[in-house]
Amino acid sequence: MSELLRIEDLHVSFKTDDGLVRAVDGVSLTLKAGETVAIVGESGSGKTVTSLSVMGLHKKGSAQISGSISLNDGGTFKDVVSLNDDQIRDIRGRAVAMIFQDPMSSLHPYYKIGNQLAEAYLVHNPGKKKEAMARAIEMLDLVGIPEPAKRAVEFPHQFSGGMRQRVMIAMALMNSPQILIADEPTTALDVTVQAQILALLSKLKKEFNMGILLITHDLGVVAQVADRVNVMYAGRIVEEGSVDDIFYSPLAPYTLGLLKSVPRVTANNDRLKAIPGQPPSLINLPVGCPFAPRCEYKQHSSEAGCNTTKPALIGTSDTHRSRCHIPESLRRDLFGKEIKELQA
Amino acid sequence: MLKFIGRRAIFAAFTILIVSAVVFGIFSLLPFDPAALTCGQRCTDQIVEANRVRLGFDKPIYEQYWLFLSGIFLGRTYGAGSAAFTCPAPSFGYSFNENACVTDMIVEALPITISLAIGALLLWLTVGIGLGIVAAKFKNRWPDTSSSVFVLLATSLPTFVTGLALLIWVSIKWKLIPLSLQGYTSIFDNPFKFVEYFILPWITLAIAYAAIYTRFTRAALLETLGEDYIRTARAKGVGERVVFFKHTLRAVLAPLITLAGLDFAGLVGGAIITETIFNLPGLGRLTLRSVYEFDLSVVLATTILAAVVVIMMNLIVDLFYAVLDPRVRIT
Repeated sequence: MSELLRIEDLHVSFKTDDGLVRAVDGVSLTLKAGETVAIVGESGSGKTVTSLSVMGLHKKGSAQISGSISLNDGGTFKDVVSLNDDQIRDIRGRAVAMIFQDPMSSLHPYYKIGNQLAEAYLVHNPGKKKEAMARAIEMLDLVGIPEPAKRAVEFPHQFSGGMRQRVMIAMALMNSPQILIADEPTTALDVTVQAQILALLSKLKKEFNMGILLITHDLGVVAQVADRVNVMYAGRIVEEGSVDDIFYSPLAPYTLGLLKSVPRVTANNDRLKAIPGQPPSLINLPVGCPFAPRCEYKQHSSEAGCNTTKPALIGTSDTHRSRCHIPESLRRDLFGKEIKELQA
Repeated sequence: MLKFIGRRAIFAAFTILIVSAVVFGIFSLLPFDPAALTCGQRCTDQIVEANRVRLGFDKPIYEQYWLFLSGIFLGRTYGAGSAAFTCPAPSFGYSFNENACVTDMIVEALPITISLAIGALLLWLTVGIGLGIVAAKFKNRWPDTSSSVFVLLATSLPTFVTGLALLIWVSIKWKLIPLSLQGYTSIFDNPFKFVEYFILPWITLAIAYAAIYTRFTRAALLETLGEDYIRTARAKGVGERVVFFKHTLRAVLAPLITLAGLDFAGLVGGAIITETIFNLPGLGRLTLRSVYEFDLSVVLATTILAAVVVIMMNLIVDLFYAVLDPRVRIT
């Protein structure tokens, strides 16, 4: 599998009146053709900021970006961080495309669907209006919109939420990009529609041999479609691994907390097991482990480093890496019991 | 569509009926004898009584109102015999002060007010939207700051200050444009004279409105730039210029048109101060004079006209909106 995207030590911070917000703090990840890599985390963990960095969609003035984002553009690697505006624009929508959380507001209310799709093609193939329109209808058909030629001359408000997300996907596919970033693609949709959209994404991934970077907070979505998972907390990846690693043998307390907080029909206790407390402010991060104030396993840490040093991302197998001060064997023991309880 | 217009027309007719009844009622409540106001210095009781009968002021108020309404459709004759005076339909009454039919007076004044309003509208739309675009594009940089200075100045200066300042400097001191004393020339007769006649009043009105439109355009553009669909356009690889002028400006157009339509309607009702400063014999001045002189029939007619224009412009704006915004359906 060829590598499509390699993010290395990405830092993104924003200047605000209250101070510097470190939204992304040293994120590294890779994406290969034909695989789906998920970034999971709660609001404000830096997952969307990471994805917008890949698109070069941060405002030049307000965002400070360092590190590298190597993006495979038809065989040559380009570093998005160091490209100028025109070079980034050339990549956007062509080599890497993005679909967004809210399909209701992501389409321009005043332009016809077909024209909005065609525009995506025309930007990178100027003057080819006929081909653009034909391609638009072809893509609408591909994403499962009935009577695509008829629907192409309709406006976004004439489409349902699920149909609009299909339109967004069709728009993203206009230039057959190798990388598709899906930022919470199913969050705003009904559960039944969610499953359809996820199935569609999986199908298209195979057809186009794309790599999908899936941003979500929904572990159910991750379980359905992801190959590898990165769990983010306070701007850093706290655990990365295969889906099996993450769901069956999590090694970061935060990941375990996320898994435990998923509501279960079979659970005989009636209260949800939410992670206590709030995510830390990204302006003044604690010197120690950012998750320490909320961590219920802190007392198991032998060296009491939780409050003084940030844990490093340490590999425990080829695919599985995590951040925690508690010795690995102890974590496997403790967390393994909890996972068994969850599955019971 | 036709059904929509028909329904709105019926609604408009009712509104106008109510407006006219209210104005009629207010004037009948005033402690003045309209008949006494109709005669000059050498006034005798006989003349007053004769005029009262001739103009119909002797009849009860509801009958007077009825006569007024029927006059609009049938025309109206005042007095009888050799002294009879007829105002043909549509008659909005007879002005004793001017010794003329009100309809004729309005027909004379209307082109001036309309010319004033349309010219000012075009000017302030150009300046206001233009400055708003510049301010939004260069947000918080010097073009934006200087446009804020203009907005602040223009909104705080009343029209009688800007109007008089323009008159004093442009016409009197620098003699760039002659004082508009020669009277109104139609645009079809002499476009140059027409512009010369109206340019200062246009500027006076436009300055005040342009400031509001600059603010509005800037705010609306900046708000739209934060919309999700603008991010989508950028994600497609669309250039900033197209993002701004195609995607963003397009979304701002519909509310701008609404605002312009309503402001225009307000102006046609009469820009009283501007018309007075520049001595333009338009509707505003006609209304003002008639109010001073208790010329009921003229005030009634100009008020109804203003109501009609506002209602018409509302209808036009609604139709426009349906064209500009595909989400709006006219049913």
